Amino acid sequence: MSMQAELAATAAGRAGFLSETAARRIEAVILPLAALLAGMIAFAIFLAFLGKSPLDFYLLVYKAGFGTAFSWTNTLARAAPLLLAALCVALPARLGLVIIGGEGAIVLGGVAAGAVAMLMPGLPGPAGIIAMALAAAAMGGLWIGGVGALRHLRGVNETIASLLLAYIAIALMNHLVEGLLRDPASLNKPSTAPLPETWRIGEIPGLGVHWGLAVGIIACIASWVLIERTTWGFAARIVGGNVRAAQIQGLPAGLLAIGFTALGGAFAGLAGMFEVAAVHGSANASLAAGYGYTGILIAFLARHNGLAIIPAAILFAGFEASSGLVQRRLALPDATVLVLEGMVFIAILLSDTLQDRFRFLAFLERRQK
Amino acid sequence: MRVPPLDLKPPSHAIEVATLGMTMRFGSFTALNDVSIRIAAGSFHVLLGENGAGKSTFVKCMMGFYRPTAGQMMVEGREVEVPDPRAAHDLGLGMVYQHFTLVPSLTAAENLVISRNDVPARIQWDRERADLAAFMKKMPFTVPLDVPVGRLAAGEKQKLELLKQLYLGRRFLILDEPTSVLTPAEADELLGMVRGLTTSGELTCLMISHKFREVTAFADEVSVLRRGEHVGGGKVSELSTADMAAMMIGEKELVRPAARVAVNGQTVLAVSGAKPPDRSGLKMIDIADLRVKAGEIVGIAGISGNGQMELMEILSGQRPLEQGTVQVCGTPFKATRGEARKFNVRYLPEEPLRNACSPKMSVAENIFFRDFDFADGKPKFWLDSRRMAEQAARLVGEYKVKTASLATPIAALSGGNVQRAVLAREFNGKVDLLLIANPCFGLDFSAVAEIRARIMAARNAGAAVLLISEDLDEILELSDRILVMSEGSIVFETPAASADIGEIGKHMAGHH
Repeated sequence: MSMQAELAATAAGRAGFLSETAARRIEAVILPLAALLAGMIAFAIFLAFLGKSPLDFYLLVYKAGFGTAFSWTNTLARAAPLLLAALCVALPARLGLVIIGGEGAIVLGGVAAGAVAMLMPGLPGPAGIIAMALAAAAMGGLWIGGVGALRHLRGVNETIASLLLAYIAIALMNHLVEGLLRDPASLNKPSTAPLPETWRIGEIPGLGVHWGLAVGIIACIASWVLIERTTWGFAARIVGGNVRAAQIQGLPAGLLAIGFTALGGAFAGLAGMFEVAAVHGSANASLAAGYGYTGILIAFLARHNGLAIIPAAILFAGFEASSGLVQRRLALPDATVLVLEGMVFIAILLSDTLQDRFRFLAFLERRQK
Repeated sequence: MRVPPLDLKPPSHAIEVATLGMTMRFGSFTALNDVSIRIAAGSFHVLLGENGAGKSTFVKCMMGFYRPTAGQMMVEGREVEVPDPRAAHDLGLGMVYQHFTLVPSLTAAENLVISRNDVPARIQWDRERADLAAFMKKMPFTVPLDVPVGRLAAGEKQKLELLKQLYLGRRFLILDEPTSVLTPAEADELLGMVRGLTTSGELTCLMISHKFREVTAFADEVSVLRRGEHVGGGKVSELSTADMAAMMIGEKELVRPAARVAVNGQTVLAVSGAKPPDRSGLKMIDIADLRVKAGEIVGIAGISGNGQMELMEILSGQRPLEQGTVQVCGTPFKATRGEARKFNVRYLPEEPLRNACSPKMSVAENIFFRDFDFADGKPKFWLDSRRMAEQAARLVGEYKVKTASLATPIAALSGGNVQRAVLAREFNGKVDLLLIANPCFGLDFSAVAEIRARIMAARNAGAAVLLISEDLDEILELSDRILVMSEGSIVFETPAASADIGEIGKHMAGHH
């Protein structure tokens, strides 16, 4: 029997394969978008109860986040750390690990970058930047990889461990920048010594946004390739889908868990480095700006898909960029945007439970019968 | 027609319960066929049968968990309706499960009081305590009432489960393998108490058991189910254990084993002195010596929970060995991916969707699990989705896996087709050692026949096969050599050609 005949005899064949793949992709896009919309509608109702116009609110968000060239610059600059922070959630999530403590890796990555600048100020610019990046990635990788190791070796719940470690990381950063690493010249805001001018990371020409955005986008694409197109990513997906099946196949589930958590942590550490080298110029308490937590929302909205993280991060960056304007124009507290993000997050979590309930694929099943 | 309960108050003495023509069908599958059993008031009746004989279906019908397709329940000679468990409770029917249903952090007294249906919102503990003390005085045995249940020994907990049923006024008790988590001494004590309650006319008891020892020592009567049918029974005093074993297993006409070619092979798998702790950590698994040769199917028979799953976990590297060795082709084997590839070791764990597949990944991806990272003798870094699609298309055709398309999540397939897909993956290429557990559980006849034929074909092609199965028919049909596992050890060995079913059954039930 030829292969075509076999295919025809057993299934809808290649056409079925393609149409089913397409249908599943459509479902994977429609559900999160519907959830986003539902969250935004729920927030509109909330605003209406407060006596504010939801329409004004969303128009303002559009204007402040995406309306002008200036607002785009602002949004994209905020998106840079969010892209990397979201990867710290998305990569472990593909192995079934829920890591919510990326904030800790961001903060300590920034401190590591600041420390490198203090320890080796003599390095020329490019070498200094590379040294900072390596130190930040290593620090973040150790921090979150440690969570993966605790999970694998001692069975410690990775969600709780990573969250508590984030608090410890913030305390550790405060301890270091107020003590050992403090620049005596930083009076009001304890910080590490300012980076040498040559170590500062500049802007992407013509965009007005620092290079962290490009690195974040490249990291997202590379993560997608790693997960979807390499055998390591395939092994990780098997572990995430069913760890017993992975063990029966002899796959090193524990090592994969440690490796992918460490990689996620390294990306978050890099986000901290860019905050120091491109935004603040030194490491200080401004590092704990909540990017790690917004990254959780973005990763879930993107369904832990590296490519989808890019638009999701830009959207959330736009929400946050609009916070100031919303506060001034509508006389709403700046926590308002957090309420919106929270509602969207809950809608996304709900939409996960609806997967496969809407029978986008029902026509395929009927064809089978 | 709904018949009201006999009384508003539960009965105060043992009651007679009977079923008439109880039948339960699930789709086209008949789990219970026309079963009529009468359990006399004050008797200790045992329900015997192999795994899957319909014992739990039967008691679930009695307790109202299932609504039988046909048949009636009689209590004290009157026809009753049992639409749900609460109705059964109102009639004085209760059940004690294999596993505990008590709240571990609460004391025995608290557990007893909250199990009632009529607990007030505010519990007056002084009064409850006095009531409990009075109740305990009437009981032939006691348990410490003020210690959190979590601190009680297993035997004490099971006694408390029994007390709870009596406290709730139940006069007909179903015990579902109540001694499976107890030591023999605890089991004897518990069953002695049940015996006492039945002789004194306070309780009627129906116990599900596999253990002939318990039947002969404590019970009055037995009924035997086989494949959903009531095939016999009688007074324990008039039956020998051999009679009971024969009824359980039946006059099996040995299924004509599939055509097998003689292969005189080398030893492939050798396990010796392996002693890991079992799941509960209480008992030890002890596999003294187990060898499987190329071209041989070694069947391991046994009632579930006697160490078979632990053995499978040792062999698949999911359970560390504290002592002993596992060798494949004379080399120590830790079930890594590299070793499995080198020695062509393949696994078919039970419940393939739960243990061998990633349910949300596609059929094609699931079929690719074994080969995705290695091709042409070299490890691969890039995932070759063309190779994946081609391999899946070929194997889906060859193994007749019915699926809407290769991109369908494997969880959407029927059980038989999931097992075909796993089989396609594991049987692809050269197979030298095949480790199988309950491969046909829950599958329909055509899938069963096909899967067994594939296993036999692998053996005939020279694979060494270890087949762990709770289905004795399957073991008898496929095996060259039969081992029986009981309480963590291999207790009996016989060549399949001269196998005596009665003998096997007795060893399975713990009579060595």
